[in-house]
Amino acid sequence: MTEGQDAPAIEVSGLTKVFDGRKVVDGFDMSVPRGAIYGFLGPNGSGKTTTIRMMCGLLTPDGGSGTCLGYDIHREAGEIKRRVGYMTQRFSLYEDLTIRENLDFMARMYGLPHRKEKVSRALEDLGLANRSGQLAGTLSGGWKQRLSLAACMIHTPQLLLLDEPTAGVDPKARRDFWDEIRRLSAKGVTVLVSTHYMDEAVQCDFIAYIAYGKKLISGPSRDIPGMVGLTTWRVTGEALGPLEAKLRAEPDVAQIARFGDALHVSGTDKAALDRLATRYEAEGPQKWVEREAGLEDAFIYLMTGSEDNFGLKGAA
Amino acid sequence: MKLFSFARFAAVLVKEFIQMRRDRVTFAMMIGVPVMQLLLFGYAINTDPHNLPTLVEMADEGPVTRAILMGMETSDFFDFQGVVTSQADGDRALRDGTANFVVVIPPGFERDVVRGLRPTILLAADASDPVAASGAVGAIRGIVDTAMTESLTGPLAYAAQTAPPVDVTVHRQFNPEGVTAINIVPGLLAVILSMTMVMITAVAIVREVEKGTMEALIATPVRPLEVMLGKIIPYVVVGYVQTALFLVAAGTLFGVPFIGSPVAFFAGFNLYILVNLAIGFLVSTVARSQMQALQLSFFTILPTILLSGFMFPFAAMPAWAQTLGTAIPATHFLRLTRKVMLKGATLADVAGNMVAISIIMVVVIFIALKRYRGTLD
Repeated sequence: MTEGQDAPAIEVSGLTKVFDGRKVVDGFDMSVPRGAIYGFLGPNGSGKTTTIRMMCGLLTPDGGSGTCLGYDIHREAGEIKRRVGYMTQRFSLYEDLTIRENLDFMARMYGLPHRKEKVSRALEDLGLANRSGQLAGTLSGGWKQRLSLAACMIHTPQLLLLDEPTAGVDPKARRDFWDEIRRLSAKGVTVLVSTHYMDEAVQCDFIAYIAYGKKLISGPSRDIPGMVGLTTWRVTGEALGPLEAKLRAEPDVAQIARFGDALHVSGTDKAALDRLATRYEAEGPQKWVEREAGLEDAFIYLMTGSEDNFGLKGAA
Repeated sequence: MKLFSFARFAAVLVKEFIQMRRDRVTFAMMIGVPVMQLLLFGYAINTDPHNLPTLVEMADEGPVTRAILMGMETSDFFDFQGVVTSQADGDRALRDGTANFVVVIPPGFERDVVRGLRPTILLAADASDPVAASGAVGAIRGIVDTAMTESLTGPLAYAAQTAPPVDVTVHRQFNPEGVTAINIVPGLLAVILSMTMVMITAVAIVREVEKGTMEALIATPVRPLEVMLGKIIPYVVVGYVQTALFLVAAGTLFGVPFIGSPVAFFAGFNLYILVNLAIGFLVSTVARSQMQALQLSFFTILPTILLSGFMFPFAAMPAWAQTLGTAIPATHFLRLTRKVMLKGATLADVAGNMVAISIIMVVVIFIALKRYRGTLD
């Protein structure tokens, strides 16, 4: 066991999973530093959930190797499970148990000492102490998600695996949730979180983007736009709608995204895009300004590039 | 890491009991279904029907005729509804179901009897349902013989039948009055337990998978055996409650005797509960949703009712059906309960049935465990 503080929380290489002859995850490498918030992005069906399940010992990889918190993911799933908190995509607590019963059940699963106090404290931290007798199924989406987080934190894990934790939760609850994630990260908990949302992705220290079961790109968040290699022009002014329609027909424009009252026009061929910008600016009436491609632009580019993940997979 | 943690097993057990208590409908079903089945099967089904509607076509009348008809009436098999005047009327009554039997007394019957000519009475029966007709058809010979012996006395004694050279004494053992309930009710326990145990176990496990709670559960250090036992044992308790209910009802409502060894019964029914839980567990490894689990459970119930010897005599089935029936645990448990309750069997007498159930159980558990590992992935 390598319990050194510098050793990565997760270190996997060549991770592969085959379902019915289809490679759902294909040769996946990843290294998650301790204490980091690591964002895991990709379209639906790209293999994010399968990868996370392999890391916490729920699924046996068909190929590849790795360690999670220093334990071998093939042989030491039991040790990993005791030290990892896993929050599933769907609400996976018992709807017909009360809030307290759910937390108590989870605490028992981990064989926690001083269980009653821990559960009571978790309830107080949640702000649900006076509703502890309510059935979990009657909670709203945001509360369910906070309860889930509390349940997978009950054994104070060193690593949190969150599988699309904020799907279907309102923006306010999402913000609160991320505040909580950052608080945990500051305490030294490593967080691996998969998400669809760009505004969540930009909060991560590291990013990995996965599509078709393969990792397309990974690295520190600030390096991602450079890796994607986008040139972006910001367009402001009148009649952006008709302009957008015209630009869609231009082969050099890879992507057009609306940001408030501006259009971000991006492409991978800098020279061609610059020529196009000069031409359109001359036509007016809009104002074209070149800017550094942001993380958002990079994500939209990645997401649209692999939008038809399901369809393409069958054809490929 | 410990292979089995009693604390985690107990936690799953407690959780399962809480869920069971909150799911009022299922809870009511677990008690309601057996009671309903007991009442329906026990009271409504009779494979030895009496008082079947009968018509008479009388072309002659006399003391002998009256004696025969009187004998039929008192036998309880026949209930005379009236008289028809032609063969066409009789046929119509049989065809449209207003009568199950038409007795035809031919013209000159009385005279021919006196002359010793052995005239023929026709008993036309609606034999489309063999069960309904067979009891009465079997009894008619004896009824007529008795009537003849009683009415042809004195100077007419020569016309009466001479005694047959061989007498047969039938000794109806274990159920001398041929009461259907006494046969059906002990068998019913096999059906009730099979129905509820398989269904409830399968649904309880599949529900965790379908609702996604299984994923969170197996992400904890809990071991498969702890989950399995914790989820299954509450339903063993349900099986105990159902059996207790059944025994009380069998004795008080239906007067089914219990003359055998309680130990044999207890051992047998525990084994039977286990095998059904194993089947339910197997179903849960195949089904992807609660709906599928229900459908698959129903799929196992039909052969249990039809091929086990519960409704229809096992020996009457063709060889292939008997082979199928032998693979059904209810077949063996049914024999076990009937033997113990009605025939006073001891543990040694039912050992063969228990071995058969055990073999089925080993096979089922083997397949289920193989499949269970597959579904974790």
